[in-house]
Amino acid sequence: MSASTKTVKQTKRTDPRKILSSAPLWIALVLIGFLWTLPTAGLLISSFRPAVDIQTSGWWTAITHPFAETTRWTIENYQQVLTAEGMGTAFLNSLLVTIPSVVIPITIAAFAAYAFAWLDFPGRGFFFALVVALMVVPLQTALIPVLRAYVGLDLNGTYLGVWLFHTGFGLPLAIFLLFGYISSLPGEIIESAHIDGASPFTTFTRLVLPLSVPVIASFAIFQFLWVWNDLLVALVFLGTGREVMVVTSQLSALVGERGQDWHILTAGAFVTMIVPLIVFFSLQRYFVRGLTAGSVKG
Amino acid sequence: MEETMQSGGTGRSVATGVLRVAVSIIVPVVTFVLLYAAFIFMRDSDASRLLVAAVALIVGVFGVWLIYIGTDMVVSLLPAGIRERVRPFVFVGPALVVLTAYVVLPAVSSLYLSFLDARADEFVGLANYVFIFTDPAMLIVLRNNLLWLIFVTAFAVGMGLVIAVMADRAGRWEPVVKSLIFLPMAISAVGASVIWKFVYAFRPAGAEQIGLLNAVVTALGGDPQGWLLLRPWNNFFLILVMIWLLTGFCMVVLSAAVKGVPGELLEAARIDGASEARIFFQVIIPTIRGTLLTITTTVLIMVIKVFDIVFVMTSGQFGTQVIANRMYQELFTFRNSGRGSALAIILFIAIVPFIIYNVRSLREARR
Repeated sequence: MSASTKTVKQTKRTDPRKILSSAPLWIALVLIGFLWTLPTAGLLISSFRPAVDIQTSGWWTAITHPFAETTRWTIENYQQVLTAEGMGTAFLNSLLVTIPSVVIPITIAAFAAYAFAWLDFPGRGFFFALVVALMVVPLQTALIPVLRAYVGLDLNGTYLGVWLFHTGFGLPLAIFLLFGYISSLPGEIIESAHIDGASPFTTFTRLVLPLSVPVIASFAIFQFLWVWNDLLVALVFLGTGREVMVVTSQLSALVGERGQDWHILTAGAFVTMIVPLIVFFSLQRYFVRGLTAGSVKG
Repeated sequence: MEETMQSGGTGRSVATGVLRVAVSIIVPVVTFVLLYAAFIFMRDSDASRLLVAAVALIVGVFGVWLIYIGTDMVVSLLPAGIRERVRPFVFVGPALVVLTAYVVLPAVSSLYLSFLDARADEFVGLANYVFIFTDPAMLIVLRNNLLWLIFVTAFAVGMGLVIAVMADRAGRWEPVVKSLIFLPMAISAVGASVIWKFVYAFRPAGAEQIGLLNAVVTALGGDPQGWLLLRPWNNFFLILVMIWLLTGFCMVVLSAAVKGVPGELLEAARIDGASEARIFFQVIIPTIRGTLLTITTTVLIMVIKVFDIVFVMTSGQFGTQVIANRMYQELFTFRNSGRGSALAIILFIAIVPFIIYNVRSLREARR
């Protein structure tokens, strides 16, 4: 099957008539790709222009005349955004919120997925169906009750509170994905470990976990992007105090405070985007896998 | 093995036994004490931010592992018969506890709160729901969510499919174009909102336009517009942002399905003289129906909860309010937990068909 598609592809490429007839097609495609990128390009270019220039001329003038005397470039916007506008602190906070929010659900889900796949216990089928059912529950249904509970427990505004919330809503999907992978591991390996006297705990840590790295990586990328790009959970549980805000809430606060200062907003937006973009360009294959695997989520 | 040890030297085996018990008790106890101390420290500490951050990271990353190691040690102390029956719960227990505490119980609690008044003091029956379905402002909220659902889903999935089919025939341009269209998927909705707010930026007529859209409009001889103030069309300018975000995602998923359409099938249709449009509708679409259904439901579920774009671009003003943003306002601006909860429950009810569908497919897969 794959061999036949390959030959089809090759004839497609070498046949000159085909190339000619497909010209309108790829011109249309390149045009779409160009239009799709234009808004982001405008943001990126503007973030390197002085405030006055952004306010007085369109960003495209800087591209059409890149070396004209009136076209000036600067990194001052970034300096201002990272220090005075609090994006630097927000960046650290985002890392602090995101890393445990990825590691904790993966750990808990891996243990649970292993039990669902290879250990026998009463209610296994029911609990797994529950996990699947919870996969698409919107996180809005939990916001108010959890917030009320957090106020009582003094957990409001803490990182721990946010980690646990992201854990709760990341778990169903994580368990589901990891279960699919772990349950398909060959049974003989797990059996033989058991016969060799390994406890389930050892089997899990020494055998199952290392074998599950690919699926863990896929979910990790998805969850990382999800938490990094999240605004609602951060707003509700961390609030809008300067010292606790993450990049998304900080940027949204800047939109409110400095709505017309595009030199601040463009640079700020790019600071929030840089990490996901690096992940996107360096790990695109895994990125796609994680995203498609993890798209259905509360 | 244990027997030989016992006959070999009772004293030594008793000692190791005691030691093992001691370790098995001490390790979990120390674990929980440490975690609790770290928790209190992080919650109440005025220590330097970096120190708190370091403790937070260590606890967040390694703390969970300690809990599992600790409980597993405790379970190992149990008599052999019970031990193996309890052990699976060491593995699934924490997951079930977290899911119950964060997803199941809060959902039930939200349902309960939605029947109470603003401050959750008195029972008001269905009053919150009646308000949502009769208040003129709320009806606009519901209408807007419907607009989002219809237009984002139709355009993101439709364009994603068309681009996927086109890209499949574009030869060496395919990966480049696909990357460009897929790229917004990495950008947060907040970042995308800033990007598009800049595209929609408005200057009075006569002034130099700095927003791309108004620059194009004025260059074509039109009048500049404050796009985000233009009722009811401003909704569509917000909807466009989400279409821009999601089309690439639909394209990538559908592209894999389109590539799975057998080449012989397409060739046969072409030899029979079918037009490309006919091939698209009568060969490609029926073949990838399953994927099409999955991606459509996925997009629907994402769109119904839309929050960030509206929150950042208009805060729900000028007739652009949606359910999730209104819920946030009910919570933090109007301090009305009853109406907020009712809105959350409406979102939940809208999702219920997908829950049923998921569980049903699971059952079928098991068979």
